[in-house]
Amino acid sequence: MMRANGLYKTFNPGTPIENPALRGASLDIPQGQFVTVIGSNGAGKSTFLNAISGDLIVDQGTIEIAGRDVTRLSAWQRAGLVARVFQDPMAGTCEALTIEENLAIAWQRGEKRGLRGSLNSSLRSLFRDKLATLKLGLENRLTDHMGLLSGGQRQAVSLLMASLKPSQILLLDEHTAALDPKTAAFVLELTDQIVRENKLTAMMVTHSMRQALDHGDRTVMLHQGRVVLDVAGADRAKMDVPDLLAMFERTRGEALADDALLLG
Amino acid sequence: MSLIALLGATEIGLIFALVALGVLISFRILNFPDLTADGSFPLGGAVAATLIAGGHDPWLATLAGTVAGGLAGLTTAWLNVRLNILQLLASILVMIALYSVNLRIMGAPNMPLIGATTVFSPFIAQAPDSQYLIQPMVLAVIVVIAKLALDAFFASQAGLAMRATGANPRMARSQGIPTDRMVLIGMALSNALIALAGALYVQTQGGADISMGIGTIVVGLAAVIIGETLIPGRTIMIATLAAVLGALVYRLFIALALNADFIGLQAQDLNLITAALVGFALVLPSIKRKIAARRSASTKRNTANDAR
Ligand SMILES: Nc1ncnc2c1ncn2[C@@H]1O[C@H](COP(=O)(O)OP(=O)(O)OP(=O)(O)O)[C@@H](O)[C@H]1O
Ligand SMILES: [Mg+2]
Repeated sequence: MMRANGLYKTFNPGTPIENPALRGASLDIPQGQFVTVIGSNGAGKSTFLNAISGDLIVDQGTIEIAGRDVTRLSAWQRAGLVARVFQDPMAGTCEALTIEENLAIAWQRGEKRGLRGSLNSSLRSLFRDKLATLKLGLENRLTDHMGLLSGGQRQAVSLLMASLKPSQILLLDEHTAALDPKTAAFVLELTDQIVRENKLTAMMVTHSMRQALDHGDRTVMLHQGRVVLDVAGADRAKMDVPDLLAMFERTRGEALADDALLLG
Repeated sequence: MSLIALLGATEIGLIFALVALGVLISFRILNFPDLTADGSFPLGGAVAATLIAGGHDPWLATLAGTVAGGLAGLTTAWLNVRLNILQLLASILVMIALYSVNLRIMGAPNMPLIGATTVFSPFIAQAPDSQYLIQPMVLAVIVVIAKLALDAFFASQAGLAMRATGANPRMARSQGIPTDRMVLIGMALSNALIALAGALYVQTQGGADISMGIGTIVVGLAAVIIGETLIPGRTIMIATLAAVLGALVYRLFIALALNADFIGLQAQDLNLITAALVGFALVLPSIKRKIAARRSASTKRNTANDAR
């Protein structure tokens, strides 16, 4: 369960490049729901996800995860609640560390780390089993460096890392954008499977309206730092890309009209 | 080169192996360019020498010097993570400040330790004629312990978290690793090792001197870079081994260069040789890359021609 209430975030306040990225963004996601997020470039999608993960602290508004107010907590303090996969395949893993070391780090997400060994034979066999489910042959490459893997393999491992430990919300920010169509489809399918199997609450940002409708239970659209569209259930089930596009254009027009009114 | 000179070079090489291990932690593992070493090495020496001259137990004095170095590293890290001062600048500030601190501690530009009881004294007492042999042996044991302890630490949960902090801080935070704290601890550890080297150095050299720290960081870096060139490898165990060997090879190379009369180098040329050596080692990888790139380009051209 995640509840974001009236989030505001302005970059470079008080300067000529002042940029209000979030302007009252609110979203309530019940336990186990998979939400897809769309919106044009600069709509504030990444900023929204970064606010939830704690990568940035909002100027105003509150964020609650699993009933806990996390608004003022930094990213590492929220890690026990939040799992995430980044857009850049390089960002979510350490290329200088081995596959098993990366998994060992994720195995302790949000936990206290002591002087005990980070790896042992039972952990290794667990990692091997988990990697085998990816069907990429990585189960035999535990001690290979992450840097040797392709972007798609890395995103697959990142997904695995995000699901190794339970989380209250999984954040996926265009995590297939850097991949070729075939690999993207594979990683997307893997995402569905992992979210389903672990009954995860998830938010997935995508630029493809097709993906937004085909995956998950609910679709929201962000525009100028606000949630301007929110469809789920039967409404969403009978929607197709042109319908969504039409709604997108309409809300955008309204938003523009709103601004014109404000400016006028 | 005589056996004594060889053992002397080994002795200093072993001391600088500790510096190299410290530099490995800051520069390579934490990705923190840290020049504190030029201050923390003499700090360890000043604290240890002052306490030993005051009649304290030499092991206790060595420990105190080590802890002082840890505090220096902590200060540098704190300036960076809490006050957001650039890493390099933060370390230069601490290095400069330590010059005054070291003078205060010693109360004079130098502190002789002739005839004082050092950590080596009990061992030398057993075989009074072989000081030149015993000091390197004791140092070797300390270096091996330090290397193995670091290997164990970096394989632990906390050690892995520290490596992730240096390799990808954003990822580390998203996994719940308090990266600021990791930098503080790692920098303390790094400079504690360097100060330990300083504390042992004054006990082998018969005293501390305010200028003994000049160039410490360059020598430490030289050792790390030479080690990486000699035994490349990305595991921690290999990296620590490479740093230790790099320090030994570097000191032996210097000793040989100074001993070869026909080159005409003298002790005062040491820093010049070191700088040249490090400069060369630093550009070597990019030269290698260029050569490799040129070679693969010409291969491609050839295959293209063949295809035609
Ligand atoms: N760190 C930052 N500093 C300054 N401005 C920023 C920063 N991050 C984002 N912005 C600005 O905030 C606005 C929203 O950016 P955001 O990255 O959230 O958009 P987005 O919806 O994710 O877009 P895209 O689809 O291109 O990824 C943009 O105008 C962007 O330029
Ligand atoms: Mg974005």
